[in-house]
Amino acid sequence: MASEYRSEYRAESEYPAESEYRAAGAGVAVPDVSGADASGAERRARERRSRRYRLDMRWSPYAFVAPFFLFFAAFGLFPLLYTGWASLHRVELTAPGDMEWVGLRNFSRLLDDDFFWNALSNTVTIGLLSTVPQLLMALGIAHLLNYRLRGSMFFRVAALTPYATSVAAATLVFVLLFGRDYGMINWALGLAGFGHIDWQNGSFASQLAVSTIVIWRWTGYNALIYLAAMQSVPADLYESAALDGASRWQQFVHVTLPSLRPTILFTCVVSTIGAMQLFGEPLLFNGSAGASGGSDHQFQTLGLYLYEQGWVNLHLGRASAIAWTMFLILLLIGAVNWLVSRRLLKNEGAAS
Amino acid sequence: MSVTKSGTQVGRSAPVRVPWGRRGLGAGRHLHGGRWTYAVLIAFTALSLFPLLWTAVAASRTNTRLAQTPPPFWFGGNLLKNLEIAWTDANMGTALLNTTVVAGSVALGTVLFSTLAGFAFAKLRFRFKNLLLLLVIGTMMVPPQLSVVPLYMLVAELRWTDQLQAVILPGLVCAFGVFFMRQYLIQALPGELVEAARMDGAGSLRVIWHIVFPAARPAMAVLGMLTFVQSWNDFFWPIIALTQNGSPTVQVALTGLGRGYIPDQSVIMAGALLGTLPLLAAFVLFGKQIVGGIMQGAVKG
Repeated sequence: MASEYRSEYRAESEYPAESEYRAAGAGVAVPDVSGADASGAERRARERRSRRYRLDMRWSPYAFVAPFFLFFAAFGLFPLLYTGWASLHRVELTAPGDMEWVGLRNFSRLLDDDFFWNALSNTVTIGLLSTVPQLLMALGIAHLLNYRLRGSMFFRVAALTPYATSVAAATLVFVLLFGRDYGMINWALGLAGFGHIDWQNGSFASQLAVSTIVIWRWTGYNALIYLAAMQSVPADLYESAALDGASRWQQFVHVTLPSLRPTILFTCVVSTIGAMQLFGEPLLFNGSAGASGGSDHQFQTLGLYLYEQGWVNLHLGRASAIAWTMFLILLLIGAVNWLVSRRLLKNEGAAS
Repeated sequence: MSVTKSGTQVGRSAPVRVPWGRRGLGAGRHLHGGRWTYAVLIAFTALSLFPLLWTAVAASRTNTRLAQTPPPFWFGGNLLKNLEIAWTDANMGTALLNTTVVAGSVALGTVLFSTLAGFAFAKLRFRFKNLLLLLVIGTMMVPPQLSVVPLYMLVAELRWTDQLQAVILPGLVCAFGVFFMRQYLIQALPGELVEAARMDGAGSLRVIWHIVFPAARPAMAVLGMLTFVQSWNDFFWPIIALTQNGSPTVQVALTGLGRGYIPDQSVIMAGALLGTLPLLAAFVLFGKQIVGGIMQGAVKG
């Protein structure tokens, strides 16, 4: 491999980005790379080249990470900090340039705001309703996918198709399926002898319906992630468990689950972050209600409330305060998660 | 619930290539799926595919038919007409074009930047490397809501509302991509190869072009596909930066539909179908690679 490249490089003498690296400055003492004797112009050329080579070695890593960090600074870090700054001001959407310092008032106002608490509790409820069944089902599906199957690739791709469906498209279909009068789900419930459920206006019913959309979109994705983790569990673990007389269920509980613990934690974290941001599903689940999340705000999430404050009620400052509150809650959850997982690891270490 | 008996093999005729010393002992991958395994998986597949199929069914009916019980289960004759209305009246034609441009640029840019940065983090030594890497990982946790207000101000200031770069440029910040490429290149790119090229006086661009890119190609393809899907389906920021009647992406146009600009349900479904079909087609073509990519990313991440 290496010799192949060698001949190629020798053939080319000019380096394309010469001036760029020169401009970067900083001369460094250079050990000659090739070691062969050379005279006059050739040596100068070589010195120039190795000098350039040195600069290149030194500065190119920064050049490689620079594009990412430039964009990150402009569209990631700066907005993050500026949101914090804006949350301490009164800013209206109509005149984003006029900022009036209000200190922590946006935050204290949130604490007194019934809609905020409503949105927070809805977010938690929908988050639990969607995440817990989703991950449990994903675990089961992954276990089944882990068997030797005919057409296993078909099952995997099919499991992933909901992930390819956008939030908007998925929600619009489910709105129809969950329709009160003509929806298919109520029709099926009717066949089974149940009465019609008002999926949009019922409080718990609507939260369940919104959660269903989330579950539908993400179960297959998570199943594939679990499947990947299951496939990297060493086979001899199962073998020795089987020799010890463990039934297949016991093997699942005592071998598969512990091996999957990091992955399970990972999916929990990712799902929590996703649940915290839930926005498109509740926005479109009752399109005519706009950003209020149902006639009675029954499925308004924090993400939706932020949008309503900022882009319907035009209070960008308050929207920023909600954004930071969401971030702080996530950090809190992250910290708890970290503590719990460390605890688990420690216990495991002590036990074995 | 998910324990299956090994005796009930469905795939009896399939040749077994592996010598089954462990058959009946281990769980999981050593065993063939039994009847129940297939039953549950087929049910799950049906549930996964049904809403998509029914989108097409509803899109081929009329609004009146959708307001009757029982709901339609099979295709009607109205598909082309509804697609046409969605294409012209609901701006889906523009939206599809815009989304292709946006998702394509974001995927290309992300792959390029992520590969460069991932290579530097995986194989090169420089100051502040660990600090910068920590910063990258840290940003993976930050929800997009946190940057929406200033981004909006920025876009308003630059008069970029309803212009595609307002969606493309912020989309290029992908910490996951950098991390993903780093993890891949640590394994896939032998350090000696880079060293050897360096010894021969190869400049950085040459190393990137002739060594890093070829080695990273599989991961670049995967990252590109994942980013494309994600960008295509991106929702929160586009509906703030773009408008339904201006220069929408598919998701923005669909939001407009859902909010009742056109209250015809069958047309809404036709729009949803139009917005989903390109990705579904890609899944039919590249499903295997996308599945592989997600599973690979899961183990490494």
